[in-house]
Amino acid sequence: MELLGLYHYWVFVVLLMTGFYAVVAKVNLIKKLIGVSLFQSAVFLLYITMSKVSGGTAPIVLPGMVDPLYSNPLPQVLILTAIVVGISTTALGLGIAVRIKEEYGTTEEHEIQEIDRR
Amino acid sequence: MTAVFSIFLLTLLVITALGIVRTRNLFVAVMLLGIFSLLIAINFFILDAADVALTEAAVGAGISTVLFLGALALTSERERLGTRHRWLSLAVVASATLVVLYATFDKPRFGDPNAPVHQHVAPWYLEKTPEYIDIPNVVTAVLGSFRGYDTLGEVFVVFTAGIGVLFLLSARRHGAAHRPPGERDPSGIGLREHVIPRVVGRLLVPFILLFGLYVQFHGEYGPGGGFQAGALIAAAFILYALVEGEDRTLAAVPQSWLNALMVGGALLYGAVGLAGIALGSNFLDYSVLAANPVAGQQLGIILIEAGVGMTVTGTLLSIFHAFAARDRA
Amino acid sequence: MTGLNAHLPALQVVVPLLIAPLLILLRPRGLAWAAATAASAMAFAIAVQMTVGVLDGQEYRYALGGWSAPYGIELLVDSFSALLLLIVTGASTLALLAGKASLDSEIEPRRQPLFYSAWLLALAGLAGILVAADAFNIFVFMEISSLASYVLVAGGPDRRALPAVFKYLLMGTIGATFYLIGVGLVYMMTGTLNLADMELRIHEVADQKPILVAAGFITVGLALKAAVFPLHVWLPNAYTYAPHAVSAFFAACATKVALYVLLRFDFVVFQQNLTGHEEQFAAYLMPLAVLAILFGSAVALFESNLKRLLAYSSVAQIGYILLGASLLSIGGVSASLLHMFNHALAKGALFLAVMAIATRYSQLDLQHLAGAAKRMPWTFSALVVAGLSLIGVPGTAGFISKWYLVAAALEEGVLGMALVAVIVVGSLMAVVYIWRIVEAAWFAPADKSADDPGGSVREAPAAMLAILWLAALANVYFGIATGLPRELATAAAISLMGHLP
Repeated sequence: MELLGLYHYWVFVVLLMTGFYAVVAKVNLIKKLIGVSLFQSAVFLLYITMSKVSGGTAPIVLPGMVDPLYSNPLPQVLILTAIVVGISTTALGLGIAVRIKEEYGTTEEHEIQEIDRR
Repeated sequence: MTAVFSIFLLTLLVITALGIVRTRNLFVAVMLLGIFSLLIAINFFILDAADVALTEAAVGAGISTVLFLGALALTSERERLGTRHRWLSLAVVASATLVVLYATFDKPRFGDPNAPVHQHVAPWYLEKTPEYIDIPNVVTAVLGSFRGYDTLGEVFVVFTAGIGVLFLLSARRHGAAHRPPGERDPSGIGLREHVIPRVVGRLLVPFILLFGLYVQFHGEYGPGGGFQAGALIAAAFILYALVEGEDRTLAAVPQSWLNALMVGGALLYGAVGLAGIALGSNFLDYSVLAANPVAGQQLGIILIEAGVGMTVTGTLLSIFHAFAARDRA
Repeated sequence: MTGLNAHLPALQVVVPLLIAPLLILLRPRGLAWAAATAASAMAFAIAVQMTVGVLDGQEYRYALGGWSAPYGIELLVDSFSALLLLIVTGASTLALLAGKASLDSEIEPRRQPLFYSAWLLALAGLAGILVAADAFNIFVFMEISSLASYVLVAGGPDRRALPAVFKYLLMGTIGATFYLIGVGLVYMMTGTLNLADMELRIHEVADQKPILVAAGFITVGLALKAAVFPLHVWLPNAYTYAPHAVSAFFAACATKVALYVLLRFDFVVFQQNLTGHEEQFAAYLMPLAVLAILFGSAVALFESNLKRLLAYSSVAQIGYILLGASLLSIGGVSASLLHMFNHALAKGALFLAVMAIATRYSQLDLQHLAGAAKRMPWTFSALVVAGLSLIGVPGTAGFISKWYLVAAALEEGVLGMALVAVIVVGSLMAVVYIWRIVEAAWFAPADKSADDPGGSVREAPAAMLAILWLAALANVYFGIATGLPRELATAAAISLMGHLP
């Protein structure tokens, strides 16, 4: 169980940093937004991992269960909110990227900078 | 057994993520991102987070993929230059990685029921939900009532994104607006020419709608609620738009209805909150909505979930139509 | 009204939040501005009402849904939040009142309801952060205000607003996600999200590594949002290409709200519990503050675009605010909070002046403004008054906060002397960059360019001038009658410092 927990956490770190790298290093605006999505998904994994109780079940309380053990509902609630925040940010970012393409004819960051410098 | 499956899934996640970053074809990256969302949703399910899994599958794999495809159809499918400042970026990322890994030490054991995170507030929710609200799904109880103010905020985040995209994409184009012919890519939007997807799609739409309504009204008992339902219903209409065309979807559900849904849902939620003040209690206190506090809580949750479902459906569809309309123009 | 008094913390957020969707349905569309201004004025009235209560020693606590903390979400308004609420709602109201003509020329009528709706959402989001006493709730309202801000900045007529806002969105999202990671780690170790409850429960796990990492993530994430040097790169372009009224609104308050959360979190949750956290906090932030002052002012010296010049000056001013906080004394922190208020007055008035100038001049480069003061004397006189306040000339609000900042720095001995030198150098540079504007507008020979073919440029619209002068005179008023902001800032500083060991 210990190893599995560490593995979850390490996967969180790897996903987080993969997304972060895409945001920082990629030049294409859409690719940057894909990176943002990865970056946010990693955080979802962090929260949901901490909500797990071994041997527990989903926090749906049904009568007649003997000595029930439930996983923690609160991180799940927070992440439901965070997922919706994530898609909202992505949608807005895509809207801006589309407008940039219309105005500049490209979604590559360095080309936009060159056009502005002229 | 589950542990092996978990490790397998997590490894797949990492591989998918690396694939997403490496590929220069954005269409491939978006498809992989959809797969990534499905994989992570399965993972959430294994970790007992059924509600989150359902949401991630509907929003991450469904809506988000469609929006990305819509945007790709309006921009371009290939990255021209891959990366810039590669070594600098790698250095920043590597140092951040070390910092995060440092937190691994002293972390509570995975799944430990005695970890601090499972003490204090969380057991109170599990214990008191049957008494105060009396619905089986504790996640819905926390989301709708105990932390209902967060959920109100969340509805307004979605609403803000909706009016934001409508605002951005209602701007007049000038400058380098013209698109070279031939670069236009119909793959993102429109399956009208293909028989099999069209037939299957048409068959699926009513079932998705039905499932969406089920998820909306069953959220107190099982996994589900307004967000998931809204995303599913929006997905059904988007599928209809893909197989039958934008215009026919807009004829069935015109933009003015969508605006009304968007605004109406947000206002419904707010009105339920204000009713709490009007009836002599605090904002968002549902127990005063009915003679019996528990019945009041349940009524309140049903109403605000309906508000959430309305706003999410209206907003997601508006955003989709805004992208699609820009494509036709 | 006594009945509603208890609900004020919730109404502060809910009023603008719920009027925002109504704007979209409102017909005719021209009413959107009036409704948004009315909602903003109502929010300002609520903030004033709560400030009166706070000055009477009252602390507003509100349990949403009737669920008490830590199980439910709690709202809390004390002197620190009241001070910031006054700034935010006041700036929004003045910018809207003055901005009608300017926004009418920048945003097409059919898009205006969406724009004003986003404005109210930004206002509600910022107010929501300021009244929240719950770490996750702060995140939710931070996202409302951020997304709405992106929309507002993207409303700028210049296409360069779009790449600017894209960068703003990326950096803002990374900042917010960092904050979310930090909150997650703290929650993992404490099991609570309520700030006051965290302070108590973090004690047992204080020096464990996840908490240290969490402190790092939260500080860096909020520093990104607050445009702390060197994470300020999104700010200059966003302020430059935003619609002028939006620049006035945000320059006065947006980054300060992130600083507010930064100070709250660091002082309330972490300082008391992490060994040596206060020294680390000071050791990291003080050099950044000094660099921000020197770098921001130096760039402003050479900037030729009026808005960008003022935006870089903002980077420097964030430095002054941080510098006071990093002194970790009651004098330093209260000077820092006072400077939040006074800088909001000065920079808000300056950007209102820029808006007035922009109604007559389409280019805001200094060389295009040559001789403009002769055509718009009232506008430029107000700009000079606000500029003097930004420099910190005696008799203006800016002098008061710099005075207290210097006094607090001098208590620190040799280090303090060096910091005073930095403050003086920064102020001298401010003299120079404000003088450059004055020189161009008054003393340069009038430019006979396309904007002003026959010398026909007139004074800005009367309504705009009236609000501009109101803001400029507020700089003088609060330079003489310093009571209100000083009382709030001191009370807030005492309460923040009270959390230190």
